[in-house]
Amino acid sequence: MSGNQMVMFEEEQQQIQAACELLQRASNALAVLVIDKNGQEIVRSGQTEHLDITSLSSLFAGNVAATGGIAKLLAEKEFSGQFHEGEKTSVHISLVAQRAILVVLFDQRSSLGLVRLRVRKAAEALTVVFETLVRKMNSGGKSQVFGEITDDDIDNLFND
Amino acid sequence: MSFINYSSREINCKIVYYGPGLCGKTTNLQYIYNKTNPEAKGKMISLATETERTLFFDFLPLSLGEIRGFKTRFHLYTVPGQVFYDASRKLILKGVDGVVFCADSQVERIEANIESLDNLRTNLADQGYNLDKIAYVVQYNKRDLPNVSPLPELKKLLNPTNVPEYEAVATTGIGVFDTLKAVAKLVLTELKRGG
Repeated sequence: MSGNQMVMFEEEQQQIQAACELLQRASNALAVLVIDKNGQEIVRSGQTEHLDITSLSSLFAGNVAATGGIAKLLAEKEFSGQFHEGEKTSVHISLVAQRAILVVLFDQRSSLGLVRLRVRKAAEALTVVFETLVRKMNSGGKSQVFGEITDDDIDNLFND
Repeated sequence: MSFINYSSREINCKIVYYGPGLCGKTTNLQYIYNKTNPEAKGKMISLATETERTLFFDFLPLSLGEIRGFKTRFHLYTVPGQVFYDASRKLILKGVDGVVFCADSQVERIEANIESLDNLRTNLADQGYNLDKIAYVVQYNKRDLPNVSPLPELKKLLNPTNVPEYEAVATTGIGVFDTLKAVAKLVLTELKRGG
């Protein structure tokens, strides 16, 4: 096993949620997503009802992984941000604390400059939260749930 | 890398289907997608070339139910099998919790299987994983074709460590869910052991 599983606790989840909502309002964005680097959604805020967040999370993670691979081949540490300009919706993607992907979806009511500015500030706040989370995970505050799982629990999951 | 969210009470795991080009990795996912209840699955995404060969990955999110109040979700990925897409394969293995090696049983694909298995071991090692320690199963696909290698020969060459193995015909679904269940069980068992 990898031994580096990601764990999210209630307290940090709320802090990340609050930071995203603030970013969404401050940047006048349509929606903000925070995604684990492996493609799992962490939080969402804004107008997300019509979005397929699971698929988007996987594709954004794939996109960031591919871009990271390109950076490596070009001997760059990383490309810290990406911007995709659409006719109606544009997307700003950045890495936070080397662990999470911060995605901002916006339209003509905002601008790339404003989004970049607000993302910088939000990234600072999110970095602090993720650093706390990593400390918590390393101090053993993880996976209590698995100790309680029995083989029967696992078998029951697969009973048709 | 599993993702356990205590806030939303979810366990998320990643399973990767690996194997040589045209061995049936995408077909496995398509069968699972077609036979799964709509409420238990998300959209299947295929990043493929114009000729329907996998270019980057296929992705299928599945919900398996609850364990001790935690929703268990599995994200299934395939890699592009063609040899020259190695950089993409490495990326897709990042954060993997379980691997299915999908072998093409046809006699003429023996070498391609061996090469792909070696490539899996190397690429996993590059990401800090050991194939002998990760949740891992082998599937011998295309067992319905006339020119398949005998099972003992495939076992000897592709499964020397004797991990769980399944014969399959992914186009008709034989062995597909057995393979998925086996690897998903191994992933959860590893997590339970504290992996």
